[in-house]
Amino acid sequence: MEKTTKSFPISHVIGFFMSLLLTFGAAWVALQTSLPMNTIIWIIGSLAVTQAALQLYMFMHMNEGEDKAALTINILYAAFIAVVIVAGSIWVMFSGHSH
Amino acid sequence: MSAKIDTALPLEYQTEQNRMNILGFWIFLGAEIVLFATLFGVYGVLGHRHAGGPMQQDLFIIKDVMIQTMLLLTSSFTMGIAIFEMRRHQLKGMLVWLVITLLLGGGFLYMEIQEFTHYVHQGATMQTSAFLSSFFVLLGTHGLHVTLGIGWAVLLIIQLLQRGLTPVTARKTFIIGLYWHFLDVVWIFIFTFVYLAGLVS
Repeated sequence: MEKTTKSFPISHVIGFFMSLLLTFGAAWVALQTSLPMNTIIWIIGSLAVTQAALQLYMFMHMNEGEDKAALTINILYAAFIAVVIVAGSIWVMFSGHSH
Repeated sequence: MSAKIDTALPLEYQTEQNRMNILGFWIFLGAEIVLFATLFGVYGVLGHRHAGGPMQQDLFIIKDVMIQTMLLLTSSFTMGIAIFEMRRHQLKGMLVWLVITLLLGGGFLYMEIQEFTHYVHQGATMQTSAFLSSFFVLLGTHGLHVTLGIGWAVLLIIQLLQRGLTPVTARKTFIIGLYWHFLDVVWIFIFTFVYLAGLVS
């Protein structure tokens, strides 16, 4: 966490271009390739997670301040709960009742 | 208000109160992640139940989705620049970038409302199918957050004009910045798992 004296926000510009790259990359994989559905979902899902991490670090300054460890644990825990809710719901509803 | 001011830090972190407010907002964002996760879970379960109504491929127009995505992505970037200007103590630059952010956010909202009215005119309403119920609830909740964010930022801009850049207004701006970036993060997942996944043939 520095008191910014630089006059050009280089890390923001890099973050923005990487976000654009990941967005168009995901659109290309989903719409222009003929990979199996599951493969596409895994690839574009990974690109989305990468882009979310990019936002957290390059725009939201998650890696600064005296509470950065608490912040990281908080967000990782929320992400864990999110995965459990989404993947758990889908798993229970689609494979749970076929047995 | 805490009297201990640490001027070695950026304005928004200078008081204990500010640091606690920012930490508290991160914890709120953790809860927001879980809120959106429940809605994504519902969409993941019900997204294939079309009940004879339109399917994702019949409704989604990739060009419009890309424009919405660009508007929100760019607005997240310009919000980042506003915070960058704030750390350089450039109130004027900060206000300019905040206004640009709000215009981009307003453009996104306009596109989304157009999209929803278009769907409804095609007979694809919330009552049509489980897919559309879960779709409108997930996207509507996100759109509502964007709307609230715009209203909140307008109030903040008024306060910045009245009071200038102080540790309190800097902290408020930083927090609204976090909120705005978070909405972009949620949109990345909507773009990926609702639109792109729905358009994979």
